[in-house]
Amino acid sequence: MMSFSSPFQCLASATVEAGSSEGGFLVLQVIGVLLGVLGLIFFLGAAVGLVRFPDFYTRLHAAGKGDTLSTMLMLTGFALVTMEDFSLSSWLLLIKIMAVVFFIYLTSPTSSHALMRAAFEDDEMPITEDDIKKRNRQKGGKKS
Amino acid sequence: MTHWFAIIMGAALFTLMIPVIYRIWVGPTCFDRILGVNVIGTKTAVLLVIIGTLFERVEMFVDFAITYALLNFVGAIVISRYLNRTISLKDMESREKEGARKR
Repeated sequence: MMSFSSPFQCLASATVEAGSSEGGFLVLQVIGVLLGVLGLIFFLGAAVGLVRFPDFYTRLHAAGKGDTLSTMLMLTGFALVTMEDFSLSSWLLLIKIMAVVFFIYLTSPTSSHALMRAAFEDDEMPITEDDIKKRNRQKGGKKS
Repeated sequence: MTHWFAIIMGAALFTLMIPVIYRIWVGPTCFDRILGVNVIGTKTAVLLVIIGTLFERVEMFVDFAITYALLNFVGAIVISRYLNRTISLKDMESREKEGARKR
């Protein structure tokens, strides 16, 4: 608890300073929290799709899209939340986090595309309606 | 506010990583496992920024996050290049033509 007491004091002083000058500080924090929660919702969708989808390619679809967008949203939200004052160091921090966002924006679809290519060249076939019908028949046969 | 937001966000991220770990554990193919490891690696970069927010040293942990994302990307590319059979597109087309002739 001793280590947690200092951030509160720092935040309190920052809010007092921002409140005395202008109210842009709280607006940035609220936007950052909203972006973070939106990213969590997207990651929830990615996780549910990763568990429940029947095929590797559909799972890759869920994970590739949801993972990329949720990571970008969460990092942008944290870049806005940690923007305490508009000094040079905080601008540098914002630019660094946006560099991570840009990097993930480039690399995550690339890696999922390479993974899809590897799976397709390894003769992993996507599921079709006939496969689902066969699976249902086998399940029904086992039950009866 | 930032502090509690970071704690709740990290806990939710850890909770949502459990289904991904389930997919790594019971993945039918090895590509599912690689996909899960890739997702968790990307989320770890976010988690490093959250930990940096908690320690009030974001400028240091953001560098770690960049490095982790880079290593994750390189690892995914290398594993996927290692796992495929290095069939070129021409070979695949010729194989498909042969299959069509047999049919």
